[in-house]
Amino acid sequence: MLEKALSGSRNYWLWIAGLMAVIAVAFMGYLQQWEFGLGVTGMSRDVSWGFYIAQFTFLVGVAAGGVMLVLPYYLHDYKAFGRITILGEFLAVAAVVMCLLFILADLGQPKRAMNVIFNATPYSMLFWDALVLNGYLLLNIVIGWKLLEAERNAVPAPKWIKYLIYLSIPWAFGIHTVTAFLYCGLPGRGYWLTAILAPRFLASAFAAGPSFLILLCFIVRKVTKFDPGTKAMQTLMKIITYALIANVFFLLCEIFTVFYSQIPEHMDHLKYLFFGHGDKVALVPWMWTSMFLMLSAIVLLVIPKIRNNEKYMPFICIMVFVGTWIDKGMGMIAGGFVPNAMHTYHEYTPTPLEILITVGVYATGLLVVTILYKIATQIKEEVNA
Amino acid sequence: MKESRRSFLKIAGVSALGVTAASNAHAIGEYFIPSEQAIKDQKVSTADRWGMVIDTRKLTHELNEKIAKSCHLNHNVPTLENKNHEIKWIWEEHYEHAFTQQPNEFQAEETAHAPILTLCNHCDNPPCVQACPTKATFQREDGIVLMDFHRCIGCRFCMAACPYGSRSFNFRDPRDAMEDGKPTNPEFPTRTKGVVEKCNFCAERLAVGKDPYCVEASEGALVFGDLSDENSEIRKVLKENYTIRRKASLGTGPSVFYIV
Ligand code: SF4
Ligand code: SF4
Repeated sequence: MLEKALSGSRNYWLWIAGLMAVIAVAFMGYLQQWEFGLGVTGMSRDVSWGFYIAQFTFLVGVAAGGVMLVLPYYLHDYKAFGRITILGEFLAVAAVVMCLLFILADLGQPKRAMNVIFNATPYSMLFWDALVLNGYLLLNIVIGWKLLEAERNAVPAPKWIKYLIYLSIPWAFGIHTVTAFLYCGLPGRGYWLTAILAPRFLASAFAAGPSFLILLCFIVRKVTKFDPGTKAMQTLMKIITYALIANVFFLLCEIFTVFYSQIPEHMDHLKYLFFGHGDKVALVPWMWTSMFLMLSAIVLLVIPKIRNNEKYMPFICIMVFVGTWIDKGMGMIAGGFVPNAMHTYHEYTPTPLEILITVGVYATGLLVVTILYKIATQIKEEVNA
Repeated sequence: MKESRRSFLKIAGVSALGVTAASNAHAIGEYFIPSEQAIKDQKVSTADRWGMVIDTRKLTHELNEKIAKSCHLNHNVPTLENKNHEIKWIWEEHYEHAFTQQPNEFQAEETAHAPILTLCNHCDNPPCVQACPTKATFQREDGIVLMDFHRCIGCRFCMAACPYGSRSFNFRDPRDAMEDGKPTNPEFPTRTKGVVEKCNFCAERLAVGKDPYCVEASEGALVFGDLSDENSEIRKVLKENYTIRRKASLGTGPSVFYIV
């Protein structure tokens, strides 16, 4: 089936070439980091995780978001999703690939990455995260591939694939839960030390993942002859509505607990993020933008006429995606380190090189999505023809 | 808690030993042996739980500088220009930053800004050890929390886990910052870029029956000893003085005590 990715229109190849060029430039940037060390980034002794780990966290959510197609179809027999579950599975593959690349980019000694397996340490959450992420990657590759193969040959998919699919559903929840456990079990990091973190991660994931999927659906509809179906997209919009409301609700729960109890160690991070500390205000405009985007998206989403209108869908999805991205991809990780353990405020801003490497990883993810979606849609076109 | 945690580490250590002994033959001097072997090694330490008392009444800015310098020179800790890349094992903090859980707006200026020395607490229940995915950070039977620099992958999970900011990361090659690329103390290993480091309670000196460098330089402000030995000097000091520990309410069990 891979050969399907090797024939395409001029635009297809231009797009691939563009992505490759970005990846190549970013890779040179990475070589610089490899040479010098992580000192080329904006991270420090105080803010020891930055942009890479934040993107990783956000993308685990996008990967888990694919389950919002799989679950209704396989557990509730919701037929409209049947033809596009493959898009969710392949998006998950690309997202997990990016997650693993971000982890690798963040390691001080990437050559030793396999030590996590050689010296397996079950009381470290990072060990479990490595396990569940790689497992999820494998599951989605196998499931996606086998389903597509069956569709092409017009035969029913093998029976055992069904069990893998059932397994992949709780697994999707698992990857984001374990990712939240990386942070929420650390004593002395008040911003993360909250049981609502995993549910909040999941809620924002089920908003961000499906909104990206809808955007991809629009692109697929535009550049191929395969139509993901209006009904499927409308249902996804409904899922986004619930998820986004849950996300904001969980955030408000956190805000209430923190500000009503007024325990400084928990309160000061949120204060820093939304109001800054003295002249340290780097994230303030971003956090308010995120709040504004999420809240106004909710207003638009709860009105069925707007939510179901294909004209508005892409805009709402962009609002949701950007809003949740800022919340997780910018505020969540840096915010946990400011103020630091000594309660001093040392801000973090990513360097241009760090951003370039980040863009490179995203380009790699887009390349994977493009190739996988190309194969999937072409097979669907042929079957439909 | 202490017992179960240690025996768990021991079991984990022994079972992992068979698998990894071959891949980790990185002995640099006696005390830089792979973590599994170092967890209990009668040769290097006889104490059950090493600890330190810091008499903050005797600390001055000058003394703190002298102590930190002695530690950093002897452990080849580089002085880096860029604040983001800073590495420190023992350093001065103002009282209000060292003891964030004792806020007091009516405190005298002098007390709030009193110069306190901070370093790794060699916690009895160390969150950094729990977080490390490779056992590069590990706890020895004598309570000291150590690092295996050859195993560390530089994920910095331990830095997020430590509630005291005791850990530093080598954001660049530390040897580049040393004069002529030479370490100040050739007997002690230098680190590579991309690994985490922190105070080691001078494990290399304890192994030969000496006190840590900071204690030696402290003019009596620092007392070091075996907390489990009732007749030790440190226990005597603890009995006679009221002491506090940093963020003890987190349950980490710091082994560094402060007389304030
Ligand atoms: S002070 Fe920090 S680095 Fe030292 S043992 Fe405790 S948690 Fe670990
Ligand atoms: S940075 Fe090194 S010592 Fe710290 S948790 Fe990661 S592997 Fe362990």
